[in-house]
Amino acid sequence: MNEAGFPLLSLVTWLPLVGGLVILSIRGDEATVAANARWTALWTSLIVLVLSLVLWVKFDPTEPGFQFVESVSWLPEYQVGYKMGVDGISVLFVLLSTVLTPLCILASWESIQTRVREFMLSFLILETMMVGMFCATDFIVFYMFFEAVLIPMYLIIGVWGGPRRVYAAMKFFLYTLTGSVLMLLALLAMWLYAGTTDIQTLMATQFPPAMQKWLFLAFLASFAVKVPMWPVHTWLPDAHVEAPTAGSVILAGVLLKMGGYGFLRFSIPMLPDASAYFAPFMFTMSVVAVIYTSLVALAQEDMKKLIAYSSVAHMGIVTIGMFTFNEQGIHGALFQMLSHGVVSAALFLVVGVVYDRIHSREIARYGGLSDRMPCYALVFMLFTMASVGLPGTAGFVGEFLVIVGAFQVNFWLALLGGSGMILGAAYMLYLYRRVMFGRITRDDLRHILDLSPREWAVFAPLIVLTLWMGIYPSSFTSFWDASVAAMVKHHQAALETTIKIAGMTH
Amino acid sequence: MNWMLALPEIVLACCGLGILVFGVLRKQDSALICTMMTLGAFLIAGLLVLTGLPGIGYHGQFVSDSFSGFNKLLLLSGAALTAILSLDWNRQAGIARFEFPVLMLFAVVGMMVMTSASNLMTLYVGLELQSLALYVLAAFARDDLRSSEAGLKYFVLGGLASGLLLYGVSLVYGFSGTMDFHELRTLLAQPGNASPGVIVGVVFVLVGLAFKISAVPFHMWTPDVYEGAPTPVTVFFATAPKVAAMALMLRVMATTFGPLLASWQSLIVIVSIASMLLGAFAAIGQTNIKRLMAYSSIGHMGYALVGLAVGSPEGIRGVLVYMVIYVFMTAGTFGCIMAMRRKGQPVENISDLSGLGSNDPGLAMALAVFMFSLAGIPLMSGFFAKLYIFLAAVQGGLWTLAVVGVLTSVVGAFYYIRIIKIMYFDAPVEAFDRRPPALSFVVAATGLFTAFFFLFPAPVVDAAQLAAGAIFR
Repeated sequence: MNEAGFPLLSLVTWLPLVGGLVILSIRGDEATVAANARWTALWTSLIVLVLSLVLWVKFDPTEPGFQFVESVSWLPEYQVGYKMGVDGISVLFVLLSTVLTPLCILASWESIQTRVREFMLSFLILETMMVGMFCATDFIVFYMFFEAVLIPMYLIIGVWGGPRRVYAAMKFFLYTLTGSVLMLLALLAMWLYAGTTDIQTLMATQFPPAMQKWLFLAFLASFAVKVPMWPVHTWLPDAHVEAPTAGSVILAGVLLKMGGYGFLRFSIPMLPDASAYFAPFMFTMSVVAVIYTSLVALAQEDMKKLIAYSSVAHMGIVTIGMFTFNEQGIHGALFQMLSHGVVSAALFLVVGVVYDRIHSREIARYGGLSDRMPCYALVFMLFTMASVGLPGTAGFVGEFLVIVGAFQVNFWLALLGGSGMILGAAYMLYLYRRVMFGRITRDDLRHILDLSPREWAVFAPLIVLTLWMGIYPSSFTSFWDASVAAMVKHHQAALETTIKIAGMTH
Repeated sequence: MNWMLALPEIVLACCGLGILVFGVLRKQDSALICTMMTLGAFLIAGLLVLTGLPGIGYHGQFVSDSFSGFNKLLLLSGAALTAILSLDWNRQAGIARFEFPVLMLFAVVGMMVMTSASNLMTLYVGLELQSLALYVLAAFARDDLRSSEAGLKYFVLGGLASGLLLYGVSLVYGFSGTMDFHELRTLLAQPGNASPGVIVGVVFVLVGLAFKISAVPFHMWTPDVYEGAPTPVTVFFATAPKVAAMALMLRVMATTFGPLLASWQSLIVIVSIASMLLGAFAAIGQTNIKRLMAYSSIGHMGYALVGLAVGSPEGIRGVLVYMVIYVFMTAGTFGCIMAMRRKGQPVENISDLSGLGSNDPGLAMALAVFMFSLAGIPLMSGFFAKLYIFLAAVQGGLWTLAVVGVLTSVVGAFYYIRIIKIMYFDAPVEAFDRRPPALSFVVAATGLFTAFFFLFPAPVVDAAQLAAGAIFR
């Protein structure tokens, strides 16, 4: 049995689905159903959050391998099992998902008025799929969760989204599906080569360098779309703009992390030679993403679109950090993913607050809000600063570590990657100035209300997390110290063996 | 001579004759009772198949093994689901005549003979028994112009395909001197015996069978027949005969002509790629949901053929798992299509599904499950179908097929999720009539199978493994 004494990860994974069944069984008129569905979804996700906090308490950071392991035979003759477990890399992503879900449900309390039951159901299914994906330690199980995330997200964008929701939902679905089916082929090839789909065994398997390159490209097709990397990022602005606030939050907060997590879980440890071979390519793409999308963000007229482009830039920093293959870089990448998960989620919620009141995301529509909404101005300022990377907020630590890691690889990489911080400051402060400062010109803005208690409840945990991560980062980095050290060591050892073999044959 | 081997077929045929006589002698409307009796006959036949012993009988003409058993059970379930679905539809369409179940029953007998054939002659007899019954069924709505057209079209093209098949059989017999599957296999194992004549014959046999599973380029009849035939007949076409023809194809190609794999493999690869491409791209522009399903079935046969192209037991296993999943999700989808009925009149346009998500959430959810499954999205059974197929393709080194397969599945996903889009994202139109309970039952049963296959995949996969192993003995 595992550390918790009961199948904790399965419980955290599948409990939302049970909540979904309860929501399905609610009967009554529309208002009752909506109210009950909201409360059921909130309570379910809160219980899941509390359960997942056991992970925070009981997780042993000194152990680099998987913990809370569960294993049930599923297709025994093909060496496929339902296997769950978390290590230092995945444990905080599980927590990120379980923290963001109740906040999203709370944030859509009033903004979702049609088909509430179906919305809450989709959200709980989404939580199951996200958590399951981060917990899976079998490749087939991982793949199933990875793709099944598409179904609820497609519906969330398509049913409760904005005017161009159908286009955005289809684009989101087809882009990500194309990537993942190619990964499926890579998965099958690895399965046949190694005879198992157990992730731990696959990590220890040495794939031939020629095969690694193909596998890497197939993985790249899938994870690059999810991250998203330039030039396959075009689905993201569309999806973000059209999705309802809660959908954008989960999209930015968790779904983008699935790509980064995929690189760290599969590409780098399983395919060390190919990762090293393709690293310059990855750096180039990431630097282009950082600079190009930052410039694009400067020119946006739509708040959500601006934040969406800034997400692409921030994720570019993440991919730079991963492919430096040193401890600082990978630490930075992980930290940046977590902080981006919290900060960009919060920024989308910030946009959601004014969208709920005025029903417009156009920047020019606002101006001078700081007069009427001082608390809102404070919250917005905090997250803007965190997104810019002000020391003392979550955004700083990750970017700083990545740049330190990048310096060890190449001066220009660090310089160009670091320019993202400057450009980030430019577009975020520009956004802030246009929305918050100036004079109020429109009548409806004169009567706009400041944050309600419910909205405070949504923002409070995110504010605490942002400051905590910025001021005392080691309470988070300690989770993955051992795992990252083991990963870097494994990577270097693998590269040395390949060089040795190459030396022997020549 | 062990005549007991064919007991399920014999019993079923006798039941068919009995029901026919009963229907003729009974004066009043007897469609319902005859359908019930047919279902009973299917059940008995299924039990007999389950308890039947393996062996070869009738001087090597007929074989009963786990492969034939697997396929017989599958096609019996497909036929039973169709029979249940046909009840209310036929009554409302005014074609509730007792001949309908009887014809289905005889077609099933033909199919069962096909799966058990171990001689080119048995193969042909089974195929023709099946085809003749199906020709009549396609034209069953006599007063409907489209149905008559579908029947005639199917008959003419089917007759041509049978002719080609028979020609191939004669060539194979002429150049090898035997029609027995086992003897052919031992004969062809010596490279010297594989004369060009035999290979030409094999190609003709392949063409005849490709017609029956509606693989490109022998698919022309499918969209028209699917659209024109009464919907219960379309369900039947989409399920049981596909299983039987695919089983026959697997047995003939993979084992009997298995030694010639190098000669026919490239043909199957081409047919498979063409089917996947056509199934994916031609369906995009369809507005009629039955036509869409016709193209979808062409695409699915393309995926199934990937497994045959590999030619290994793993490939065959993949095809068998695919067929099981395909039958259930197709039957379920057609169940949903049959529920599309307004003021007693069936509607068939995709746009009629608009807003089904709020009009009838249960039906919409079931159809969404089937669509995600047909698209091969995980957790639904359709994903596993493709998983085993592509696993075999990768194992066999057929990378072209695997890559084309996954990419066309993305194109296919486009039109499947477009249906979901129409159901959930578009504004509701007039609601459909109340669903008959039998229809709800079929949709619910197949929907549960499709959605929860992932929990217990092992029994189906193990049985397919056993069946695939049996034909290579």
